[in-house]
Amino acid sequence: MTTRMVEVRAKVLKQNDLLARALRERFTREGTCVVGLVSSPGSGKTAFLEKLLSGLARDSRVAALVGDLATENDAARLRRATPNVRQITTGTVCHLDAQMVEKALESWRLDRIDFLFIENVGNLVCPSSYDLGEELRFVLLSATEGEDKPLKYPTIFNSSDVAIITKMDLAEAAEFDLAAARRNIESVRPGMQVLEVSAKTGAGMQAVFDLLHAQLARARHPQVAAIL
Amino acid sequence: MHELSIAISMIDQISEESESRGGLEVEVVHLKLGIFSGIDKEALLFAYELACEGTPLQGSRLVIESIPLVIYCDACEKNRVPPSVYQLSCPDCGTPGQRIVTGREIEVASLEVVA
Repeated sequence: MTTRMVEVRAKVLKQNDLLARALRERFTREGTCVVGLVSSPGSGKTAFLEKLLSGLARDSRVAALVGDLATENDAARLRRATPNVRQITTGTVCHLDAQMVEKALESWRLDRIDFLFIENVGNLVCPSSYDLGEELRFVLLSATEGEDKPLKYPTIFNSSDVAIITKMDLAEAAEFDLAAARRNIESVRPGMQVLEVSAKTGAGMQAVFDLLHAQLARARHPQVAAIL
Repeated sequence: MHELSIAISMIDQISEESESRGGLEVEVVHLKLGIFSGIDKEALLFAYELACEGTPLQGSRLVIESIPLVIYCDACEKNRVPPSVYQLSCPDCGTPGQRIVTGREIEVASLEVVA
């Protein structure tokens, strides 16, 4: 049987990428600053997000989508900070994709939301392949996880914009080598901004709020931001 | 393990491609897979076979071409292969490389179909 070659040259995740692009355009149009959060399970994503939501809610309108394989626990926890929380339960799927995000946003008035956070499923591998249309992606690394996580999971660190080192209140007890962690992050994602926080004590959170407010201002008033 | 999701996306895409060309009988699928894509080659081969079952692609073979990680070195003004996937710097001058040229691909390159 003879065969012939057919050129295709198509990105496998084209559908997801197209949908993510449409979401990104929608977020820009509505003036919503959208931030994705990725990390391994147990790195303190939800505690960090709880602090972010309650801190920002003082002067901004906030909302969050939280992804997990099962349970509504995280959403219930975050609703203490804002009622605008929706849980995405993925079943067996180890990551969020653009379609899940689009569906979860149904009937929400984005023009009434300043900051939307999308907490991905706790996983340092799979989420790196899926664009969710977010403007910024935070990758979290907890002080209790060890400094070499960035070297072990370079793709997710490289696909993120800001690294947040969490649980800094436990750094000393865990003998966490901050300089090594920073070096390793720099090695897999040269030039990435790194912030250290403790959601428990609140240390370092102000720098995150400042970064987010600056990002929102830039998104809404690009011409002003260019002068500053 | 999101290789199964990737395999399903691939099959959807190839089926679409096949339909738009009036129905193709696909024997071999050639995929370009960047080593910095976050996708494991062996796991994808395994997932592909599973995902093909009961679809028109059942019995087709997946051939994966690994694409190396290449970064652009601003200092040398050249494309360079970094020392490893966790050390994104120029192997010659050591300058950190922020721009990835290749290595993230997950792309169906071509299909071998019955003539």
